Amino acid sequence: MEAGSIFSRRRPSPELLLRGAGLSYLGVMVVLPLLAMAWQATAPGPAAFWAAVTEPYAWHALKLTFLTAFVMMAVGAVTGTATAWVLVRYEFPGRGLVNALIDLPFAVPTVVTGVMLVALYGPDSVVGAILADAGWKVIYDQPGIILALLFVTYPFVIRSVQPVLLAMDRAEEEAAATLGAGPCATFFQVVLPSLWPSILTGSALAFSRALGEYGSVVMVAGNQPLLTRTAPIHVFGEIESGNRHGALAVSAVLLAASLLILVALHALQRRGEARDAS
Amino acid sequence: MPPDLEPEPTAAPLAFELPLKGREEASGWGRRLLIAAVLAWFAILILVPGAALVRQAFAKGWQPLAAALIDPEVRRVFALSLGLAAVATAVNTVFGIAMALVLVRQRFFGRTLIDGVVDLPFAVSPIVAGLMLIVLYGPESPIGGWLDARGIQVIYALPGMVLATTFVTVPFVVRELAPILRELGEEYEQAAHTLGAGRWRTFWSVTLPSIRWGVAYGVTLTVGRCLGEFGAVLVVSGNVIGQTQTATLYIADGVESFHPEGAYAASLVLAAASFVLLVGMDALRHRLEGAREVTS
Repeated sequence: MEAGSIFSRRRPSPELLLRGAGLSYLGVMVVLPLLAMAWQATAPGPAAFWAAVTEPYAWHALKLTFLTAFVMMAVGAVTGTATAWVLVRYEFPGRGLVNALIDLPFAVPTVVTGVMLVALYGPDSVVGAILADAGWKVIYDQPGIILALLFVTYPFVIRSVQPVLLAMDRAEEEAAATLGAGPCATFFQVVLPSLWPSILTGSALAFSRALGEYGSVVMVAGNQPLLTRTAPIHVFGEIESGNRHGALAVSAVLLAASLLILVALHALQRRGEARDAS
Repeated sequence: MPPDLEPEPTAAPLAFELPLKGREEASGWGRRLLIAAVLAWFAILILVPGAALVRQAFAKGWQPLAAALIDPEVRRVFALSLGLAAVATAVNTVFGIAMALVLVRQRFFGRTLIDGVVDLPFAVSPIVAGLMLIVLYGPESPIGGWLDARGIQVIYALPGMVLATTFVTVPFVVRELAPILRELGEEYEQAAHTLGAGRWRTFWSVTLPSIRWGVAYGVTLTVGRCLGEFGAVLVVSGNVIGQTQTATLYIADGVESFHPEGAYAASLVLAAASFVLLVGMDALRHRLEGAREVTS
């Protein structure tokens, strides 16, 4: 479309109308709320912002959120890669069923996830009683948070690694094997180097999701300050108690971290595409 | 259990057959162990908790479960959840199709940025999304004050819940359609245009039929997410029992109360609904791939 044609017509072109409608929708639904929050969060100045973030309860909540997300990410990267590998490379009974059910955690409401985990591991259940006898407290404690995060982020790494494994040329692996490399050496030296961008992408998406997770975590871990109160739970508490600024500051940190991850992933994808094109 | 289901590399050169065979046998146990570990992890993390919910819901048999489900309170919360999902899905489908067309078919300044903005709701915690809406439409804000003076309450009322549900599901339809539109190309649309069809007619009889399975897939994802939304709706609803309580809010309240039967029953219904949506999505994905093979 030429730039001149817009002005030469009396009525706006259909393209322009469509673009106007789409951008207004995005502006009202997404950009306006974001700007309103960014403006209110930064309005009191950097000193007040820093004070609100480093206040002991807020600081602990943020630390807990990042720590549990890291533990989840480490476990999820290994188990997710292994699951994708098994689903792509091996044939076994029930493979199709498992593959279809991988996305279940995305479909199940987070609150229901919480109810499920409490029903299984809670203090009133058989498993919970056995765990309690062994001296382990899962529900209403920090391990419960990690368990809930592992559930809700289960599909991310698998769905990111699977297509790469499917498209992978196996000639190199076979060459390594014929040259005498064992299966482990082949995996770490031949497969993993071409797999890691997809593992990283899946893990980063899972991490970003874990930072904001609320429903399942609050059901499983309760709301105990300085023990299981993650950042989203803390934000909700501050909204309820009327401390708008405290809620906004912690929200801004969460949002900034998630945005950073998103931008980094976009850059990584760009680089990957550029490399593929060359 | 069959020892090794993977096809043997029959075309392997004779000279290498022995060492290769040895490797396969040595890794046979490792392979089985890996499969077992992956399946065990899947079961412990996903299946067994699901089974625990079913057991819990049926703990006292069929009748209390059925009674809990026909309780007027439960019916009301499900009606509200479905209503919210219907409005949010309708808005996001219409504008999502428009947005995908704009992003794929048009070139303009800032398109890459807009493309990133579409994904933003995925990066925002539901609680933070709710807080954003309170900041923008709450009674203390300029917009909220202006609306309040005209008797329109957004926050702690239905409009806020609609906005929250819509916000969290903005990306689904756009993200589903953009790659399909890109792959489809513009040739058919241009052909229709050359043959004298107007833009509107081209959209209805050429573009929309080619992307219908993608739309269906995006709508399914949106509905599922709407029904399950909790955090954002919790923040803006005020959780007024009997008025602004959705199914997920009812579950969260009910589990902590002394009569959790209703919460377990509602959880079971939502879990079953998400399972059905997932199976539907799987069928749709096959359709999508089938359609893709036909066009290419």
